[in-house]
Amino acid sequence: MTAAVEFRRVERHYGEVRAVDGVDLSIAQGEFFAMLGPSGSGKTTCLRLIAGFERPTGGEVAIMGAPMGDVPPYRRPVNTVFQDYALFPHLNVRDNVAYGLMIAGQGRAPRRRAADEALEMVALPGYGARKPSELSGGQRQRVALARALVMQPKVLLLDEPLGALDLKLREAMQEELKALQRRLGITFVFVTHDQGEALSMADRVAVFNDGRIVQAGTPEDIYYRPEAPFVADFVGSSNLLPPEVTRRLGLGDGPAALRPEAVRLVSEGGHAARVTGLAFLGTATRLSLDLDGHRMTALIPRGADMPAEGSDVRIGWAPDDLHLMKVSA
Amino acid sequence: MRSDRAPLGLKVAAIAGLLFLHLPILLIFVYAFTTEDRSYQWPPPGLTTQWFAVTWNRPDVWEALSLSVRVASISTVIALILGTLAAAAVSRTRFFGRETISLLVILPIALPGIITGISLRSAFNLADIPFSFWTIVLGHATFCVVVVYNNAVARFRRTSGSLVEASMDLGATGFQTFRHVILPNIATALLAGGMLAFALSFDEVIVTTFTAGQQQTLPIWMLEELVRPRQRPVTNVVAMVVVLVTFLPILAAYYLTRGTDTVAGSGK
Amino acid sequence: MTSADTSPASPVTAPDAATRLSDILWRRPRLLIALLIGPPLAWLGIVYLGALFALLAQSFFSIDEFSGQIRYELTLSTYAELFRAYNLDIILRTVAMAASVTVAAAIVAFPIAYYAARYATGRWKAIFYLGIMLPLWSSYLVKVYAWKLILAKEGILGWLFETLHLTWLLEAYLAIPGIGGNSLSVSWTGTFLVFLYVWLPFMILPVQAALERVPPSMLEASGDLGARPGQTLRHVLIPLALPGIIAGSIFTFSLTLGDYIVPQIVGTSARMIGQAVYQYQGTAGNIPLAAAFAVVPILIMAVYLWIAKRKGAFDAL
Repeated sequence: MTAAVEFRRVERHYGEVRAVDGVDLSIAQGEFFAMLGPSGSGKTTCLRLIAGFERPTGGEVAIMGAPMGDVPPYRRPVNTVFQDYALFPHLNVRDNVAYGLMIAGQGRAPRRRAADEALEMVALPGYGARKPSELSGGQRQRVALARALVMQPKVLLLDEPLGALDLKLREAMQEELKALQRRLGITFVFVTHDQGEALSMADRVAVFNDGRIVQAGTPEDIYYRPEAPFVADFVGSSNLLPPEVTRRLGLGDGPAALRPEAVRLVSEGGHAARVTGLAFLGTATRLSLDLDGHRMTALIPRGADMPAEGSDVRIGWAPDDLHLMKVSA
Repeated sequence: MRSDRAPLGLKVAAIAGLLFLHLPILLIFVYAFTTEDRSYQWPPPGLTTQWFAVTWNRPDVWEALSLSVRVASISTVIALILGTLAAAAVSRTRFFGRETISLLVILPIALPGIITGISLRSAFNLADIPFSFWTIVLGHATFCVVVVYNNAVARFRRTSGSLVEASMDLGATGFQTFRHVILPNIATALLAGGMLAFALSFDEVIVTTFTAGQQQTLPIWMLEELVRPRQRPVTNVVAMVVVLVTFLPILAAYYLTRGTDTVAGSGK
Repeated sequence: MTSADTSPASPVTAPDAATRLSDILWRRPRLLIALLIGPPLAWLGIVYLGALFALLAQSFFSIDEFSGQIRYELTLSTYAELFRAYNLDIILRTVAMAASVTVAAAIVAFPIAYYAARYATGRWKAIFYLGIMLPLWSSYLVKVYAWKLILAKEGILGWLFETLHLTWLLEAYLAIPGIGGNSLSVSWTGTFLVFLYVWLPFMILPVQAALERVPPSMLEASGDLGARPGQTLRHVLIPLALPGIIAGSIFTFSLTLGDYIVPQIVGTSARMIGQAVYQYQGTAGNIPLAAAFAVVPILIMAVYLWIAKRKGAFDAL
């Protein structure tokens, strides 16, 4: 099957600045794909390259097998949900949703019907006559979604669509988006700097840094088997053990990643460490530890006996939980 | 935190300042009705409306008014086109010469009008261009660009750039995007800018004296009357009408941009 | 193509001219910028800068004293004429007027701007806004004319002094050499008042804009730290308003430098730069000297703008 989106050695340079610097990428049809990275890592630029708001300075972007070199945004089979939603302030909600159909030359009655159906799909029935300014942030987000989906795109691009919402709404929308994607079977490409969002929603995640993809894989790969210190560090709050520590402890030869929740207090064996701080988090307690001169954290579930601050403890972990990375990465 | 009261001195000074700005204009209204026709005597010895009829029947006033309206209309159209284009270019990207463009647009009103005037006159002189309707328009459009530009730039800045991208994303070409998204969003700003440009051109006298030759716009007509008064009551009536005519577009421009431009500076 | 099954005509098959142009502009965003900026740049570049250049060129020509014809040879002799005593007088008189008008405008504008920025709310905010905008935009000539009415010997000011039995005071003031005259309408004071009046709104607006950016909490902090209102005004408010005052002064200064109508209608026979330019190019037919005179305000303003820019005044425009 042809890939929904394919990047071949894609570059986007602005003078000296290399926003995207040689990205190879293949997103399968029907996949929920997340682009994850800090701001300025090139993930948003990649999304804009797919949408056609930017043109690559090198390499090639293909959508559904067709090279997009000379295809402007208005002829690409993709649609975008913008970070600020970009709802047209002079149009009411229904006309916003029907905008693309109006441009495509569809008649008034069918496009209104299509718009109303799309609004129903995003759980906003009867909101058609309102102005975008009369809606809440979450509602605007749904309108933006309906406006893009009504065009039946092959690929839906979402640029940090949940960033402006509060935590509760964000979590609810995550689930809804995921369900919607399953139901419609459309390829979703989702840009976010929130690793929790990327891991919980996506089938596959690409981690961006400095204009390159550092690692692409399933959420489990990214979370448990980071291939580079940057990934381990950026995705959650993994403990990064530098090569000298792993070597000293006889664990291996390169840097290693260890999730805080994988660390356990043991009565014998393991490694000696000192508790330098405690923070109560509700379901667990976070311990700050000094392991052989190296700072690390552990999450100890509720119920266990908590050591006091300043006390010496022994810590251990299952061998599988310690992930050794390649030296070069 | 604006519930606190202003010091009395400040309040008095502020209101006195506003009165200083407005009383002289109100005075014009009284003079338009005076029966005295030889001097500027105050208080008026009597009141009459006869000068309105006299003014109505003066062909020179009508001719000057007609020329002013035509010049202002054409200049406004040119200023609308040029000002919008410049604002669109400046707000679209951060290209190299943006500061220069802004400076170039503002220069014609930042420099004294007499410089614009005599510059144009020297240029017409060197290029052997005879004075005409179009030499007046040339000057007026040049300094009217800035008001349209300022209004349009402010609106473009508030109109998020992603609207254009959203439109193209939904299948609209550049021209469709202009028609369906950009134009409706900047329309009121353009209307406001256009009205102010019209008012500016309608009033202008300094540049016009250098570019009009023998033609008389309404302000030139008034200037002649001020320097060599012929029939003072007619001047009074014309002055009052000019005040009323320019107030309308200004009020309209205010209501068109209200809630967007004025609120922006009011803080919270 | 975006929704092939719903759109009746796919734009891919038969792109019209507008679509093709739109495609080209998408491929070459710089071309779009060039097309946008081209017409205004051409207009302002050719019409305005071209004219300014023509003016500059003329100022390096001279006039033949016998024939009255312009000699098209480059010379600095026209500029040398500016330094004759009576021409220097004109320049100094004009700069002095511009400076006094600017200072007075700043003083009168400050309370209005401050009240409008800090205390006016709701309805009063609108009243202040329109109260400043309407005089700003209303006809310049009408405003000058209104003052001719006010300052005339038989006008409202004279009447006021007479009614209050203070005519002696007015006459004593008018007897002061330099600022007085036969009546207020032919005195330096009269010219000054009219200038102050017509340019005042240009000072109020930028000062108000600058003051609106001052958070009230900052003034409270100053008061909290023990400053009396006068000290807060001097050490906090005025420094913060300064960029606005400088921005406003660009207008009041520049507009006064180049004006020739106000001193012609209300004022003494002593000329200002604007009148000199007007007369040299008009009745005297000496365009080179008029041009050289016109360069003087440009130079003064260039220096002024350079200083203003360094003080950050343009942010308040």
